Amino acid sequence: MSVLEVKNIKKNFGKVEVLKGISFSLEKGEVLSIIGSSGSGKTTLLRCINFLEFAEEGIISIDGKQIFNGKDKKTLSDEEIRENRLHFGLVFQSFNLFPQYNVLENITLAPKLLKRGTVEEIETRARMLIERVGLSEKIESYPCQLSGGQQQRVAIARALALDPDILCFDEPTSALDPELTGEVLKVIKGLKSKDSTMIIVTHEMEFAKNVSDKVIFMADGVIEEMGTPEEIFDNPKSDKTKHFLSKSLEEI
Amino acid sequence: MFVSVTLDLLRGFFETFKVFGLTLLFALPLGLIIAFGSMSKFKPLSYLIKTFVWIIRGTPLMLQLIAFFYGPGLLFGMRAMPRFTAVMVAFVINYACYFSEIYRGGIEGIPRGQYEAGQVLGMTKSQIFFKVVLLQVVKRIVPPMSNEIITLVKDTSLARIIAVYEIIWTAQSYIKSDGLIWPLFYTAAFYLIFCGGLTLLFGFIEKKLSYFRS
Repeated sequence: MSVLEVKNIKKNFGKVEVLKGISFSLEKGEVLSIIGSSGSGKTTLLRCINFLEFAEEGIISIDGKQIFNGKDKKTLSDEEIRENRLHFGLVFQSFNLFPQYNVLENITLAPKLLKRGTVEEIETRARMLIERVGLSEKIESYPCQLSGGQQQRVAIARALALDPDILCFDEPTSALDPELTGEVLKVIKGLKSKDSTMIIVTHEMEFAKNVSDKVIFMADGVIEEMGTPEEIFDNPKSDKTKHFLSKSLEEI
Repeated sequence: MFVSVTLDLLRGFFETFKVFGLTLLFALPLGLIIAFGSMSKFKPLSYLIKTFVWIIRGTPLMLQLIAFFYGPGLLFGMRAMPRFTAVMVAFVINYACYFSEIYRGGIEGIPRGQYEAGQVLGMTKSQIFFKVVLLQVVKRIVPPMSNEIITLVKDTSLARIIAVYEIIWTAQSYIKSDGLIWPLFYTAAFYLIFCGGLTLLFGFIEKKLSYFRS
């Protein structure tokens, strides 16, 4: 059974149709990359899945259990929305760490508020995650003392601390200086395992090709092409995909 | 003479301090309530509050003092409030409106991403406000707040318009009774020392919060 199933998601902003019916499914342990030009709806799709936006139409199911239906979204209570969100983790383009908390506190804040175990358990797990993203020596630093790449690694650890079913990345390296993207991509790649399911919206084509099990190319609010990385990158069928890929691989 | 004037002015300053302290005590929380009202998604409420803030900020505090003290009697034939109560009502409402705009600026200045980060981590709205947003708002509003609070110290002198015996009134009475002008200028020392203390306090708070940047 698919861990995530998204069916016919539609989203408008006023009169602009941003998502015109998006469907896909994801198996446990799969990594999905979503590529496409700016304005194609990639980020909006991710935000709908994380319930930062609410789709007008469509169904989202986790492990076969429907958690969202655009038709009756009004009936969802704040509590249900919060529970739904906890199936997902989201790493933002602009990190959004909490500036007044140090690295450890950023990671432990939510688990403590949600009472995910004792303070000791939560902190032990947080230290382990900090080590995993390679920031053990920065455990007491504040976000303003860290580089962009380090901040993003903390943000990844923070999302992992709640142990989401699916971890989402919204252009995790787009706000970084070029020399800092590598360390973040390496961490994301290191997370790949049979238990961790990930959705990555990215402009890093080489990375998407290497890390993904499945690639979606989006254009104008629809899935233009979906397939394995080999299918999409080496044998694209749609003209739009071909055009996009040749543009993004163009030497300057 | 100097000693007795000093003691007298200290008594007057105590009244000044009472107006100052009580205004802060009530206007700081009331301002927050007004700020939430003016940011309400329920439009009629937010327009009502915004109009109210416009009227209060758009008219002189001195006029408001007179209106609160004499207004009820002149308009409705009611008995006037005690002088000190009228001063407190006018000051609290006036300053709450100014504070509300400072709060609003501080709250609206927090990037959306901070709320969204809290949301995707499954926090409730109140957890996001108190654990994530609040301290960042405090940091943002300390400089404008300190400005406003220092203005309040000196605005308390307006209370003399309805004959509350604060420090300026006390000093002025020496002109009438003894023909002495220097006690009036002497009051400046009291204001300066008090505002100096406040400046140090706010500087300390700013420094305390300088460990992070938002």
